[in-house]
Amino acid sequence: MEPFIIGLLAATLRVATPLILGTLGELFSERAGILNLGIEGTLFVGAFAGFAGAALTGSLWLGLLAAILFGMISGLLMALLTVRLGVNQHVSGLGLTLFWTGFSLFAFRLVFGESKVPPSIETFQTVSPFGNLPWLGPISSQHILTYFALALIPLTWWILYRTRFGLNIRAVGENPEAADAAGLNVYAIRTQALLIGGALMGMAGAFLSLAQLGAFTYGIVAGRGWVCIALIIFANWEASRVLWGALLFGGVASLQLRLQTLGLKLPYELLLSLPYIVTILALTLAGRNVSAPASLLKAYRRE
Amino acid sequence: MLKFKIERAPAPAWMRAIIPLLAVPVTFLLTTLFLLWADANPLQAYYHFLIAPLSSRVSAIEVLVKATPLLLTGAAVAFAFSAGYWNIGAEGQLYAGAMAGAWLGMILKGVSPLLGIPLMLLGGFTAGMLWALIPALLKVRLKVDEVVTTLLLNSVIVFLISFFLNGPWRDPISMWPQSPEIDPGTIFFKLIPRSRLHFGFIVAVAVLALEWLVLKRTAFGMRMRAVGLGKEAARFAGIKVNRTMLTAALVSGGIAGLAGVGEVAGIHFHLIESISDGLGYSGIIIATLGGLNPIGVGLAALFIGLIDTGAQTVSRAMNVPVYLGTVVQATLLLVTLGLFVLQNYRIKRG
Repeated sequence: MEPFIIGLLAATLRVATPLILGTLGELFSERAGILNLGIEGTLFVGAFAGFAGAALTGSLWLGLLAAILFGMISGLLMALLTVRLGVNQHVSGLGLTLFWTGFSLFAFRLVFGESKVPPSIETFQTVSPFGNLPWLGPISSQHILTYFALALIPLTWWILYRTRFGLNIRAVGENPEAADAAGLNVYAIRTQALLIGGALMGMAGAFLSLAQLGAFTYGIVAGRGWVCIALIIFANWEASRVLWGALLFGGVASLQLRLQTLGLKLPYELLLSLPYIVTILALTLAGRNVSAPASLLKAYRRE
Repeated sequence: MLKFKIERAPAPAWMRAIIPLLAVPVTFLLTTLFLLWADANPLQAYYHFLIAPLSSRVSAIEVLVKATPLLLTGAAVAFAFSAGYWNIGAEGQLYAGAMAGAWLGMILKGVSPLLGIPLMLLGGFTAGMLWALIPALLKVRLKVDEVVTTLLLNSVIVFLISFFLNGPWRDPISMWPQSPEIDPGTIFFKLIPRSRLHFGFIVAVAVLALEWLVLKRTAFGMRMRAVGLGKEAARFAGIKVNRTMLTAALVSGGIAGLAGVGEVAGIHFHLIESISDGLGYSGIIIATLGGLNPIGVGLAALFIGLIDTGAQTVSRAMNVPVYLGTVVQATLLLVTLGLFVLQNYRIKRG
């Protein structure tokens, strides 16, 4: 039983990492008033750029950098469309998701050709700060990116609630007219929030290809972007609560995988759909009390 | 950063019509970069992309085959969007319709096509409607944002289908994760022998024609568009906003359900997990490109059907990755969105 629980807890943290990164990225965007449905595609291009960068340069860190760069390009495109031009946010986001999906698959085929054996790379090594201690040792044996993601949760809270920059982000997400009247540059702040968000999403994608899989496949993201959209609501737009949602989802996903390998007959597909159903239920129960940023989905134009 | 500002200034009528058409050359100019990257001669590639599919009978019919579900998902999305209901769930509603088709195809043993086909259409429409009902009710009763709920339900139904295909519905003969082949009496008949073009195409065209009539020529359509232009103003004018949105949402789900039934009964003859692979999301593109106008939606769906077919032609002929089609579709959407701004605003140097 002990190895089972230890393995489960370690896997939960691993599965939760890209979700934490992606959800915090989406949180920056949404707190500034932009629902970024480009997240699914940004994760995908992050996974691709990370893999291609690492495979071509031989350095995992340069791969990660490439993923962050592409994430930021995605954020910039979203900003151009929804912030500067004031275009419908959900259609723009879905368009970007489609674009990055096509782009990544197209580029992957050009760079790596069509081989029977998909190319692969050595993944990041894990670090074990607690060495061989029982329980703590194996559970804490994780990737550096996992530790970074965990540290990013309090950091995001601190940025949003304790810095001038965070206050500005929340201001343009709640009431851009008032923020503008107070002398803030709404366009610039929303663009910056989307850039940070894109960078985190790119990193989340790179975690999948560089730390988890060591390869790039068609199904590498498999709806994780939509999970992040759900987790934001589950967390009620609070950074501190992102952790619990991500761990819960990571836990359920890892548990079903382990039970499956044990040969237990479980409707695991139904288990996997639980997080979505729980989110919709949470939305229903919270009803009008959901504290979404007041100007989410509303374009702002200086007249 | 880019220095420009946007001023409210409606463009003259003739320009409003031209702006969406401008998107096509701009898109192809941008995607030329991808062709150069793939070492392909752009002119030759565009010939294979846009003209070659139309120059042979077989591939021209294939364009219509590809366009059949797109006409329906485009019509579905345009109907909901017209009433200001942001249905992102056509993908899931299409799957719901496909499930109903597969189920009816299993239980209607030895049915006559005269009964089987209408039942399939009815079943698909109802299933799509039911899948759209949950988010629509949440929207009008509890003001729960429909963008997120419809989007998440797309993922839920894919898991649900995966559960059925790996369990109770698994084909006992092939043991693949697919449902058993549907009864011959529920199969949509072919419009042209030895092609894949089926009855669903007529359904799609009829739905679009009907949608045009409803939106442009009935009092209900007027109310829908009023709600779409502004909910507060519509409420002030005495329109029952919630009831209008609910109806639009349900009909939209039903139309998407028809697309799913068509794919089962006209193309695959059983339910498979990848039966849609984004047709519902393409519906959003098509509705946007078509300016939510059924005629525009029809043209946009045919054009996207052409791009889908052309991507395969160009991939075969010139060894350009087939995903070029996806890139072109997405670029076309983003460019059109950007250009639409010009219809109501003027961009000035900052």
